Amino acid sequence: MNHTFRRFATGISLLFLLLAIFLLATVPAAAQEPVSDDEVNEIARNLYCPTCENTPLDACPTQACQDWRDEIRVQLSEGRTRQEIEQYFVERHGARVLAQPRFEGFDMLVWILPILAVVVGGFIFWRYLRDLRAPGSEADERLGDDTAMMAQGSAQKPPPAPDEDDYISRIEKEVREE
Amino acid sequence: MNEPLSTTMAPTTETEQPVETGTGGGVRWGPILVWGGVAALLLVLGWGLLNANATRPEAGNPAPSFELQFFDGYGWKDLPAGSLEDMRGNVVVLNFWASWCVECHLEAELLEDAWRRYRDQGVIFVGVAYVDSDAKSLAYMEDYNITYPNGPDRASTISDRYRITGVPETFFIAKDGTIADVVVGPVNASSLDRQIAQLLSQ
Repeated sequence: MNHTFRRFATGISLLFLLLAIFLLATVPAAAQEPVSDDEVNEIARNLYCPTCENTPLDACPTQACQDWRDEIRVQLSEGRTRQEIEQYFVERHGARVLAQPRFEGFDMLVWILPILAVVVGGFIFWRYLRDLRAPGSEADERLGDDTAMMAQGSAQKPPPAPDEDDYISRIEKEVREE
Repeated sequence: MNEPLSTTMAPTTETEQPVETGTGGGVRWGPILVWGGVAALLLVLGWGLLNANATRPEAGNPAPSFELQFFDGYGWKDLPAGSLEDMRGNVVVLNFWASWCVECHLEAELLEDAWRRYRDQGVIFVGVAYVDSDAKSLAYMEDYNITYPNGPDRASTISDRYRITGVPETFFIAKDGTIADVVVGPVNASSLDRQIAQLLSQ
């Protein structure tokens, strides 16, 4: 009985040992699962290397950009997130490496100015339309003033001077005689 | 004859209103804000344009100041960081490089050799790794047995100030802090020796 138990215990121990070896062998393999190109390019397409203007990192053929992609691959394999990787490149090479400027500091202007321009432009246009339509508006007042001035001008136009009148009569007479 | 004309002009002057005041007599903020915004936008655009058109500081100009965090083991006087002001009184050879730059490999040994010859004569070589990963920069320096002070250009601040257009670029800075010469591309032994000798004699 004692002998049987000893054999059973040895068998169980061997089983656990094999299981442990199996786990030790598989866990690191799972952790070191290769990072695919798609995963690298997903992050790379939002970065720009300063040496290659206007070419996103995922499409840039230079060695510098290849090094950056390798760096992304290494960091992804270490389990870093997209934000952490982007922050890493910003700290090293400046915020200009980002395809989309962040909503902070001076870069905020890039986001705010276009919206502001549309809002202010829309407001100016709306006021212009309102002034055109509304009776008694500034535009109408201006127009009214001009009309009034013209009317006033013609109403107050003095009668032709007597000298002028004689002169015109003489010319008309001469024309008739001819 | 002029009298009627002056009569017709009179209402025009009456209709002219001060731009600053509205119907309630208060300040009209609308036009002020719009023109203020336009002026601010033009200022930003102008500043950007000036910045974009700024060129590399050339010989005779003061060298832009910088502070460089050195790589471990590549410091100057065992300091973790050094600035151009700290080095004033020495001839400074400021070299921008990168491990991925093919032409930088051509001058690497030359620069190290010159550093070893001139280091005790008041000449400081400073390497600035441009757009490079730290691991590759360190491997490059080990490959070429580089010993002169070197550091990464964090956030590209130094290369921005010197307006470099690529690597390698080397600035020769006189003892008084003015730029004596700029070499775009790899330096050669004769010009390196000639330039350093000239600066040491000043």
